[in-house]
Amino acid sequence: MLLQIHEPGETPEPHALERSQAIGIDLGTTNSVVAMVSGSHPEVLRDSHGEGLVPSVVAYLGEEPVVGKAALAELPRHPDRVIASVKRLMGRGLGDVKRLAGALPYEVAENDKGGMVRLRVGDRVVSPVEISADILKALKTRAEEKLGHRVEKAVITVPAYFDDAARNATKDAARLAGLEVLRLVNEPTAAALAYGLDSAAEGIYAVYDLGGGTFDISLLKLQKGVFQVLATGGDSALGGDDFDHALAEWAMKRTGIAGLTSGEAKILLQAARAAKERLTMAPGAELKATIAGHEIRQSIDRGTFEVLIEPLIGRTLRACRQVLEDARLTAADVKGVVLVGGSTRVPLVRAFVADFFKQQPLADIDPDEVVAVGAALQAHALTRGSDTLLLDVIPLSLGIETMGGIVEKVIERNTPIPVTKAQDFTTYQDGQTGMLIHAVQGERETVDACRSLGRFELTGIPSMVAGAARIRVTFAVDADGLLTVSAEERTTGVKAEIAVKPSYGLSDEEMATMLRDSLTHAREDMERRLLLESRVEAERVLLALAAALKADGGLLGPAERSEVDRAASGLRQAVAGEDRARIHAGMEALDRATHGFAQKRMDLAIQAALKGQRLDEVEAGMATDGAP
Amino acid sequence: MAVVQQIGGNGANAGFVSCWACKGPVAGRALFCHTCGAVQPPGSVDHFARLGLERSFDIDHDHLEKQYLGFQRVLHPDRFAGKPAKERAIAESQAVALNEAYETLDDPLKRAQYLLRLAGIISEGTIDKTVADQALLMEAMEKREALSEAEGVDAIEQLMVEEGKGAIELLSVISKAFAADDLAAANRAVLRLTYARKLLEEARLKRAALEE
Ligand SMILES: [Zn+2]
Repeated sequence: MLLQIHEPGETPEPHALERSQAIGIDLGTTNSVVAMVSGSHPEVLRDSHGEGLVPSVVAYLGEEPVVGKAALAELPRHPDRVIASVKRLMGRGLGDVKRLAGALPYEVAENDKGGMVRLRVGDRVVSPVEISADILKALKTRAEEKLGHRVEKAVITVPAYFDDAARNATKDAARLAGLEVLRLVNEPTAAALAYGLDSAAEGIYAVYDLGGGTFDISLLKLQKGVFQVLATGGDSALGGDDFDHALAEWAMKRTGIAGLTSGEAKILLQAARAAKERLTMAPGAELKATIAGHEIRQSIDRGTFEVLIEPLIGRTLRACRQVLEDARLTAADVKGVVLVGGSTRVPLVRAFVADFFKQQPLADIDPDEVVAVGAALQAHALTRGSDTLLLDVIPLSLGIETMGGIVEKVIERNTPIPVTKAQDFTTYQDGQTGMLIHAVQGERETVDACRSLGRFELTGIPSMVAGAARIRVTFAVDADGLLTVSAEERTTGVKAEIAVKPSYGLSDEEMATMLRDSLTHAREDMERRLLLESRVEAERVLLALAAALKADGGLLGPAERSEVDRAASGLRQAVAGEDRARIHAGMEALDRATHGFAQKRMDLAIQAALKGQRLDEVEAGMATDGAP
Repeated sequence: MAVVQQIGGNGANAGFVSCWACKGPVAGRALFCHTCGAVQPPGSVDHFARLGLERSFDIDHDHLEKQYLGFQRVLHPDRFAGKPAKERAIAESQAVALNEAYETLDDPLKRAQYLLRLAGIISEGTIDKTVADQALLMEAMEKREALSEAEGVDAIEQLMVEEGKGAIELLSVISKAFAADDLAAANRAVLRLTYARKLLEEARLKRAALEE
């Protein structure tokens, strides 16, 4: 049984060191992998058969969801209750899913509320976020069983080409699984990290990542432990799954079968995948499946298969060309090519990549595991400190809808993150007091051709003539690649209210309901996380106070000093306890108690400066702390 | 998480601001508090000063990159993963400021526009259209016409090569103008380069459409 639920009393309070141990997770379309650094080596966590891959498949049969190989085994008997490739649906709306061609291996639940697509699984309706959370819980459990204590933190990888909605959905899934996401890392960047640390590589590297459902191509510059992404591109709806689809459609044409149910489509796709995998090793294979009582048997040779998939590989090479152009580089500038994703095992893929970059690609790390290894290394770097640094970019331009459905770009693709950019807009009607801001992501000029991220209603603009208001809209993208939008009317300084309506996300209420319904202790975990964060904050304040007292303690009289000490020890006691409110009260009390002390320190510095001690000397001394 | 840039506002006195963590005095431009070591908000310095560079059009790219990476190494939010949310947010705003400075100075056109903005020659945001003389506008229109009449990938690429050469020449014109402190000449060349870049981008799009 993969999924086990720990009662709070069952697990003893782990040591602080174990507490901070973080895992790396590659949440893949077809397979997922969990890894961690033990000692100084990254290690993929395997089952008793030595298998590191956990099929990203969930079966909803009884009370508890079943994940992985056991779920896959249920597919022939319960195709309507087994969900695979859910990653393709992360952050997607109903319209997106209907646009996916061919017989759908999902039963989509119709809803009129909009937002993210929901799937009908037997008698329940589940969102892709919940299904992904079930996979994440299984991976978390695998790590916990291996380590013998709880795991709460993770670095999770996402395709570089994932848009904002899909990134948010991934973060929501982690939250639901009781995992704190230290960082969302792009899969190609993680793969480069896995390679870079081994070989201390320098120069420009291309990472060609063909996963089950997504294709990413990234160009990175490696130098002295810094992994700087120069440009990234790809196709978020192209992957090894499409090879399966091509094979399945070929088989349907040959046998004349049509009108498959979603369950039958799943069985046929599974058979196609098995044939594809055999064709990687052997010159021929047989596609076998039993559908509605009919047995399908079709022999296929590698040449025929390659004709089927060639156009798909051609699409990946177009993206390679584009990304080189974006980075103003040519294939000759690329020192090495790293292959990632199980689909890069297909011989024709390797041949095309080698021909395009005029060199044999690197594949010494298992392409199915390399991303998880990189994620584990980054998790280790974030919790234990390291000299490596990842500097990533935003994969797709961000913009705003303007008059006539035209997109005004605010942040161009391949801009390094984190980034904040502002753009001014104005009203177009006299007395207009509200404005609908529609944030979109994509490269095309019209709103229809881009992805809608959310609509933000700006209210409370003071009544003015048309064109007089100056509305500054600020886009902030954090280091995870997640967008926050804010807006302000500049002529009056009125900060207008913003209501966020995510186009393909889950609302806060939906998330709260899911957390409530979740069988895990996600909510409890979150409470604890807030407590830990408060402790960290309070400890920071105490540390800063200790440094200040050491430097300028002499400024305080005995009475003042004992007041400060009393407040500090009060806070220390609160930190030792479990009451978050008490910690906050303690911090406020300390803040009041040190007010006079802070004032004295400030006055002293100003007096010293006025007496002629040169400020730039002081500055120079301090700035060198951070100078390169 | 919203990134709050805390520029000034907290009572600058004789060049000092109050450290957010220990509340003691910190020099306005310090990256870290000398008393408690806490990372400080980015403050409002120009992009050159932020990356520790002389204010000049001619900068060495490798040196710029070295400075940028050096500051990111100590200020990037990943360096503060275990720290309180507030400290992480401050580190993030530092990284945002570094990225903005690097992006602006790395591109010669943006760098030139930025220098002209610092000198008060052009205003915030878009290019000042009033300086565009008639001849320049005519030239740009003719080139655009030539592009729209160009048929086939080869003809477009021919145009791109010519325009690319022109852009490189303009860079040396801009460099010389700044060196001679002739800001009006620099401004004219910057404007021409802006048009050249636009034309190149349009040509690129047209070529891509033909290749599809
Ligand atoms: Zn301080």
